[in-house]
Amino acid sequence: MANMKFLCDSKRCIECNGCVTACKNENEVEWGVNRRRVVTVNDGLPDETSISVACMHCSDAPCMAVCPTDCFYKTDDGIVLHNKDACIGCGYCLFACPFGAPQFPSKSSFGERGKMDKCTFCAGGPEEDHSPEEKAKYGANRIAEGKLPMCAEMCSTKALLAGDADKVSDIFRERVIYRGHADGAWASNGSAEELAYDAAQPKA
Amino acid sequence: MQIKLLLKLAALLISLIILPVKAEDSVPSEQRVAAFAGAEYWQVIRQGENGTTQSSTAEAGNLINVQGDYWRYWRNQWITPAGAFAVGGTLGLLAIFYLIVGQKKLDAPRSGNTIQRWSRLDRANHWTVAILFIILGISGLSLLYGKFVLKSVMGDGLWASYMLACKLAHNYLGPLFVLGLLLMILRWMKHNVFNRTDLTWFIKGGGIIGNAHPSAGYMNGGEKIWFWLLTLFGIAVCVSGLILDFPNFDQVRNTMQWANLVHAAGSLILIAASLGHIYIGTLGTEGALEGMTTGQVDETWAKQHHDLWYQEVKAREAKDTV
Repeated sequence: MANMKFLCDSKRCIECNGCVTACKNENEVEWGVNRRRVVTVNDGLPDETSISVACMHCSDAPCMAVCPTDCFYKTDDGIVLHNKDACIGCGYCLFACPFGAPQFPSKSSFGERGKMDKCTFCAGGPEEDHSPEEKAKYGANRIAEGKLPMCAEMCSTKALLAGDADKVSDIFRERVIYRGHADGAWASNGSAEELAYDAAQPKA
Repeated sequence: MQIKLLLKLAALLISLIILPVKAEDSVPSEQRVAAFAGAEYWQVIRQGENGTTQSSTAEAGNLINVQGDYWRYWRNQWITPAGAFAVGGTLGLLAIFYLIVGQKKLDAPRSGNTIQRWSRLDRANHWTVAILFIILGISGLSLLYGKFVLKSVMGDGLWASYMLACKLAHNYLGPLFVLGLLLMILRWMKHNVFNRTDLTWFIKGGGIIGNAHPSAGYMNGGEKIWFWLLTLFGIAVCVSGLILDFPNFDQVRNTMQWANLVHAAGSLILIAASLGHIYIGTLGTEGALEGMTTGQVDETWAKQHHDLWYQEVKAREAKDTV
């Protein structure tokens, strides 16, 4: 089974917000909700860096660990989904999530949160695939059609990659080698050298 | 053939001469450009520096919230098990105590004469706070421990409705509890100032075991401890609860994480302590509960448990009749 992940290549992301738009359109999320957003650090400076971020479908998902109603579940593809029927809008997943992925659209009296909404990796929810209920609550289910998330598919510079972790990292590793940087992808840590070494080998 | 060989040799020569030069030239600039968000970048992100974003959601400029993981650690690895031990342990100890020592009986038969201990307003205040405390306690414990116990028992549909009811009860009754508790603290503080009598009461262990009856005024040392626990942790729980209950004041996640830890720890301590209070007030002591239900206590009970207060009341009565 695949282990689905997102990866955003900061050297390619041009902050066009195409992924944000693609996501909103594909999933028809509520007004004011952004399942995906682009964050730019040092905007306008020489080291400007943009990264598109949404739910990262963590292997050890903090939202899952703290949810009082235990409404999260993981698909066979490693996608973290949740059951909105069991969500009580307590906000704990938002407290725990490093990426600010959980969104709370409707606010009732005293700022009480509605049911949480987040990126589904375009994999819908617990309802029957492609049912109207699933569409209304969770948006698209492209995974069931054998397609990848719309945000990555629409990315004009192919900065945002989505898919099986092995494939995504292969693509990224190849780019890093092509760029010829000694530190590999993520700065100078121990694993960077391995990353560079592996990709230099001819593919089996 | 010769031309092809020449071309190959030329290519080799060119590559030998040009490529290394090109590589050397390109290293500094390529290193600068090609590094994926490098060490410095992640350091900035970790320090919580905000970037710009088109999203208008709260804290959207914050790429990674590092503190969330600490919150998860403290809540899941410490507060959850410690609270279970505290509440479960207290319950177990009380059960053992009851089985071994049993109820504290009245020393003498009831006199039939009663004296006023709690006014109607006192009792209304007490039971309002008590009932809210129990509802908030049960709903709060369900929010923390329900998924380990109740979820499998209830089944999906009932579980979802029950948990929603817990959250709504917790959110809407919480502020009423705050009002009731504050009123109680203000009204009863004058009874709960520690004095020398309490010191001897503590030294004698409150006369819990055996027939020793250390002197006590209107409130004994144990009751005063419960009062100050409620004051200290109660106010902490109320303040943190209000921070969590009204997310419409733009408080950030990190504030709510702290509030949640304080709220959970404080309320678990109070729940454990309340079990002791409930035990002593009902099963544990003969004649104690009626003081809070009818407002009247038997003179025998008053003499036995609050002798100094009893003498005060009698002295006042004697004065009034004279």
